[in-house]
Amino acid sequence: MSGSITAGVAPRAAAPPRRLPQPPWRIVLSGAAWLALAGVTLGLPEADDLPETAAFGSGAAALGLALLALAPVAARLGPLGSRLRYGSPWFTVLALALLVWEAVTAKLALLPMPFFPPPQAILEVFLDDWPKLGGSILASLILLSGGYAIGAATGFVLGVAIGTFRAVGYWAHPVLRFVGPLPATAWLPLAFFVFPSSWSASTFLVALATGFPVTVLTWSGVAGVNKAYFDVARTLGASRGFLILRVAIPAALPHVFVGLFMGLGGSFAVLVVAEMLGVKSGLGWYLQWAQGWAAYANMYAALIVMALMCSSLITLLFRLRDRLLAWQKGLVQW
Amino acid sequence: MVAAATLERPEARAAGARLTVESVSHAFAIRGAPLPVLDRVSLDVEPGGFVALLGPSGCGKSTLLRLVAGLEPPDQGVIRVDGDLVEGPDPSRLLVFQDPTLYPWRTVRGNVALGLEARGVGRSRAALVDQALGLVGLTGFADVYPHQLSGGMAQRAALARALVNAPRLLLLDEPLGKLDALTRLAMQAEILRLWQEKRFTALLVTHDVEEALVLAERVIVLSDRPAAIRAELSVTAPYPRHRDDSEIVRLRREILGILGQPT
Repeated sequence: MSGSITAGVAPRAAAPPRRLPQPPWRIVLSGAAWLALAGVTLGLPEADDLPETAAFGSGAAALGLALLALAPVAARLGPLGSRLRYGSPWFTVLALALLVWEAVTAKLALLPMPFFPPPQAILEVFLDDWPKLGGSILASLILLSGGYAIGAATGFVLGVAIGTFRAVGYWAHPVLRFVGPLPATAWLPLAFFVFPSSWSASTFLVALATGFPVTVLTWSGVAGVNKAYFDVARTLGASRGFLILRVAIPAALPHVFVGLFMGLGGSFAVLVVAEMLGVKSGLGWYLQWAQGWAAYANMYAALIVMALMCSSLITLLFRLRDRLLAWQKGLVQW
Repeated sequence: MVAAATLERPEARAAGARLTVESVSHAFAIRGAPLPVLDRVSLDVEPGGFVALLGPSGCGKSTLLRLVAGLEPPDQGVIRVDGDLVEGPDPSRLLVFQDPTLYPWRTVRGNVALGLEARGVGRSRAALVDQALGLVGLTGFADVYPHQLSGGMAQRAALARALVNAPRLLLLDEPLGKLDALTRLAMQAEILRLWQEKRFTALLVTHDVEEALVLAERVIVLSDRPAAIRAELSVTAPYPRHRDDSEIVRLRREILGILGQPT
């Protein structure tokens, strides 16, 4: 660059910066916020005697110190550094929110105690009750994945069949219209005495909640495939199977993923209700159990875990979609 | 197997096919009422010939191509290719549409390989695809998705998708209709070159009088819907033709007169 500017051409005052200036004070600020949280937690006297106050406070302090230590070197940390800079406003807000929460519960006792536990009480649940919580996640995941896989596979095959074969459409369409819009939870009482176990009944309900949107959207995707795509393939000598597997299905895939996404949301709702009412395991059951024992900290902990689980599953689905639909432009980012 | 074997040695096969259309009439049902689109159309294209069908928009030219491709059976009349009745689509008779209709989920390579894949030609598929891409000048774009192509490049890919199957009859349904003027000129030259090189029989539908006269050996002028043959003109000027060639200018005036346009 330097020295290569020919005479007569005014040198530009300054090259435009490669990156927007991301002041390290953002990271410093978030580190300070976490230290403030640690100070409030450890320094102020609390109304009750909470066992994990020290762990919570020192954790906050450690995080605060780590952020302060990373702030000056963030520019040299590459992708990790830029993620840190990008996320630092959120770190700050998170620390401040925890600080307020800590203040109004543990320190000032402004909120009624059993219903609104302080953050360290929830930390205590994670530290003490993780085997039960982990087991519940596992139980929920097993139930959900079984039902979701059955529902998604059935819905996909049925949707393709309705969109492809007139006879299937003739018989399936009225049933789908009549039964499909019924919320899957409405089947709950029936399912629990028709099926041999509450587990199989719940699997059926999750499959039902998943299957309906997947069927309808797969069908609409297959029905909406550009007719010229079929003409092209037919003139090129494609068989019926080729038209379905290599033309109709890939063309309908964007719709199928909308159905899978909607089905996943529906399956979460059914899963929790089924676990609360029938199955004796899983996060829904844990929630119910915690509420029964007035263990509200456990309930919040389970809610946090459930939010993480649902969000991760949707992320997983979107990753799969991004991989399969890489050819599409302008995908919604999750 | 036989088809695959001949495909791998395109030079070993007979070039263009003879197309015979014998008094074909066709109608669409629009809300129960029949809408006639073709009225006793007869035409004959010799093997390796290039015939253009010229007519006003929506006169039924494209329908004729769909019937020849075997995508629909005609209501009346018969269509023969090399004496054999057309009863369904066949990879020896290929259509190139106005829209490239490339599959957006396949790369250019995947799109061009479509016909080979559909017929189960496994051996030497990649080589044939590369050859077809080279033929239309898309060698560097094999792994690109259709949405990344310009209109002209997409239409080249569509041509390659047809040509890789070594068709004996190429049906061109206003293939340049949506391209800008300069790309259009370049693509006309391209189609001419491909036809001269591969010697397939070409049937081009267009509403561009000049395009028909520059490309075709014979121009068939169709009437408004239902399409019937109004006139048939031979173009004798040697290729490559110039738009200001005296014969082209004279024929253009004549055709525009037939179509009822002021010259």
